[in-house]
Amino acid sequence: MTRVAGASRRGRRRRRGLGWTALAWLIALPLIIPLLVVFWGIFAPDPEAWQHLREHVLAEVVANTAWLVVGVAVGTGLLGTTLAWLVATCDFPGRRHFGWALLLPMAMPAYVMGFVLIGLLEYAGPVQSLMREWFGPDAGLPEIRSRLGVTLALVLVLYPYVYLIARNAFATQGGRALETARSLGMGPVSGFFRVALPLARPWIAAGIMLSVMETLADFGTVAVFNYETFTTAIYSTWYGMFSLEGAMKLSSVLVFFVFIVLVLEQLSRRRARFTGFSGTPPSRFRLRGWKAGAATGLCVFVLLLGFAIPAGQLMLWAIGELAEVDGRYFGFAGRSLGLAAMAAVTALILALLLSYAARRAPALLTQLGARVATLGYAIPGPVLAVGIFVPLAGLGGLLQGAADRLWGEDAIEIVLHGTLFALLAAYIARFLAVAYGPVNANLLRVPHSLDDAARGMGVGMFGLMSRIHLPLVRGGLLTGAILVFVDVMKEMPITLMMRPFGWDTLAIRIYEMTAEGHWERAAVPAVVLVLVGLIPVILLTLRLEREGQGVRGRAEEMPHAA
Amino acid sequence: MKSISSLTWCLVAVATLGLPLVAAADEELVVYSARQEHLIKPLFDRYEEETGVRIRYVTDDAGPLIQRLDSEGRRTRADLFMTVDAGNLWQAGERDLLAETDSERLRERIPEHLRDPEDRWFGLSLRVRTIVHHAERVDPDELGGYADLADPRWEDRLCLRTSRKVYNQSLVAMLMETHGRERTEEIVSGWVDNLAARPFSNDTQVMQAIEAGQCDVGIVNSYYFGRLETADPELPLRLHWADQEDAGVHVNISGAGITRHASNPERAQHFLEWLADEEAQALFGALNHEYPANPAIPPSPQVAAWGPFREQLINVSIAGERQREAVMLMDRVGYR
Repeated sequence: MTRVAGASRRGRRRRRGLGWTALAWLIALPLIIPLLVVFWGIFAPDPEAWQHLREHVLAEVVANTAWLVVGVAVGTGLLGTTLAWLVATCDFPGRRHFGWALLLPMAMPAYVMGFVLIGLLEYAGPVQSLMREWFGPDAGLPEIRSRLGVTLALVLVLYPYVYLIARNAFATQGGRALETARSLGMGPVSGFFRVALPLARPWIAAGIMLSVMETLADFGTVAVFNYETFTTAIYSTWYGMFSLEGAMKLSSVLVFFVFIVLVLEQLSRRRARFTGFSGTPPSRFRLRGWKAGAATGLCVFVLLLGFAIPAGQLMLWAIGELAEVDGRYFGFAGRSLGLAAMAAVTALILALLLSYAARRAPALLTQLGARVATLGYAIPGPVLAVGIFVPLAGLGGLLQGAADRLWGEDAIEIVLHGTLFALLAAYIARFLAVAYGPVNANLLRVPHSLDDAARGMGVGMFGLMSRIHLPLVRGGLLTGAILVFVDVMKEMPITLMMRPFGWDTLAIRIYEMTAEGHWERAAVPAVVLVLVGLIPVILLTLRLEREGQGVRGRAEEMPHAA
Repeated sequence: MKSISSLTWCLVAVATLGLPLVAAADEELVVYSARQEHLIKPLFDRYEEETGVRIRYVTDDAGPLIQRLDSEGRRTRADLFMTVDAGNLWQAGERDLLAETDSERLRERIPEHLRDPEDRWFGLSLRVRTIVHHAERVDPDELGGYADLADPRWEDRLCLRTSRKVYNQSLVAMLMETHGRERTEEIVSGWVDNLAARPFSNDTQVMQAIEAGQCDVGIVNSYYFGRLETADPELPLRLHWADQEDAGVHVNISGAGITRHASNPERAQHFLEWLADEEAQALFGALNHEYPANPAIPPSPQVAAWGPFREQLINVSIAGERQREAVMLMDRVGYR
């Protein structure tokens, strides 16, 4: 009798697991279709282009991309984690303000950062010109349009991904663990390296992963530096050699590469389970003397380079081009905001469902689905846009054909591509990873024992989600929302190709100006983009901070279970 | 949060359900354009004023627009495809996305080498890619054509834009047509040896580098020079018309063609013919310091002041035909 009941319960659980697995793959669908289109490229003809790429392009592209990825991973990891640790657990002059200000570079599109850095620091720029004037014609700086320069530009705008996620982790990971460490005689430094850092590893890894994927998909910045990577090679194969097939083939190599990295990252922490929220916020290490000075100095330096200087340069340009501003800007800004908000909300819901699927049905197949669903962040935007656009246009044509036969040629017009729905689907395919990273990392920390306890008390699935998990992962939700919001506001290639008629946004406006090198005129929409994109970021961060403090006070201490 | 999300969903639903039902208005023309909005909008507005035909447009890079036309097939809403660079026009024609336009008016106004031999697209403005040099550090008599820049005399004195830009691809494609592949490979390889700095990402930076003293000569499109000159009339740089003793200076076009599946081909043709006429031609060139494609229309005074030149008379479609070869050649010799 009991055995029968046990068996049927197991069966039910398996069926439910199957449902979650199916859900994960369903969410992955908007990405699977373009992925298939991309991988189809492997079989596409055009041996001439491919042979040429293999002989003259691929080796350099792989080396350049690898160096850039390593540089950005190390750079954003070090900078983001250090800043997060300082702001979350230490006290030094200005800490409160740095808490939100350090997010500002995120609102600066990377291509703008690249252009400003080059404009300021290259041979013809003001800095080197002054140096030559003062110290003679041989004075100068190392070439900014180099591997180091492009890495610097990307680190400066991408470190906030690590910073935001890691700060959230440090702030909530438990004062008790740190206090235990302190009672064992560890100072702030060894406490950081031996306790806090290992505990925050999945968060830091999630942040670095995001910045690495963004780097792999970046075109604007590397193009400004004329630094050849996979993305630029994909572009020149498509635009220059007219070989979409060759471009798709290169993309599939890139996607394969990304997938391997993701799987390795997953495997490296397969055994570890990171759970547990702390009750008490850790008391802060009060930094004094040169240490406090160094901490403040580092934050100021990063802010100057990552925000104040580029923003100042943008303002200078914009002031000269104020004639550009007119009534249409309300429309540009409104559409940018609306699209970003819709995409953020949708991405959050899907990310939450996906994290759930991965949690409830930890089978390999579900994990794989979740991984696939978040691959889109590393695919260059235009490639993804084509991958979505072509099948949608095809499907629309098929449906139209059927409708014509049913109702006659002029009865209805079916358009699937170039609708808001298609645009949002493309955004989701591209940016789901950005929402999934922080949401999932937070959900990972909620111990399964808590779910079991809640169920034991008769709390249903929905109740578990809304009353227990949601409050606990709220920090992750907000983080994810901010990241998606800002990313969509800055997005160019997908918006260009998929937007409905007349749906011009601020990013489109920037594109219009930069495409022919009108950088000064592009400053106006860029400034508006930074302003409109910033205000929500600041508001949300302040709220995040207030709530973080509230939650920390309320939440129960949950023991770490492995 | 909850109310926001349900509102969002309503918006999404309305938008997706609503859009497909929007029917095209009667007097309307749809343009896909890879030429920037601020360079075409004034023309559209002018035409609308004159004829009452409303012009709707989408802008994007040429590559995605061609792909879009291709996958939309006969369902496309585009009547006219407009782009910069002959290579892109050639590509659209090659993929059978543009229809033949039988127009005596267009044939009369646009010179033969600036339009498709099969009349599928027509150049509307002329862009000249030539040599720019420092006014004092370089004596114009030292300069000849593109090939001379490969001479060791220019070692560490040459600045170039990246080979990833289609303008350089077209230039090299045309060089291959006039000099042959092997000779062109020598020329481009010589350029690479003479570079004073890694290739730049745009023409303006090339000129700024020359001004600052990083190098002495470069190759740029004349309208970028015009833009800098407008900003700084004292600019210590000069244009030199390349290959005057030879095949003539390299020219490229921006142009347009009527799409294969246009819903309003007559209306599109009327607009295209209007674009080749006096008023539009003057405006078309002046908006970006370019030369009108119609030789009867003089360029703006500032542009005219750069002096007359002899241009290459090979049909610009060659730039498209040999572009792929050109890209591969530049990859081979390490021009990035």
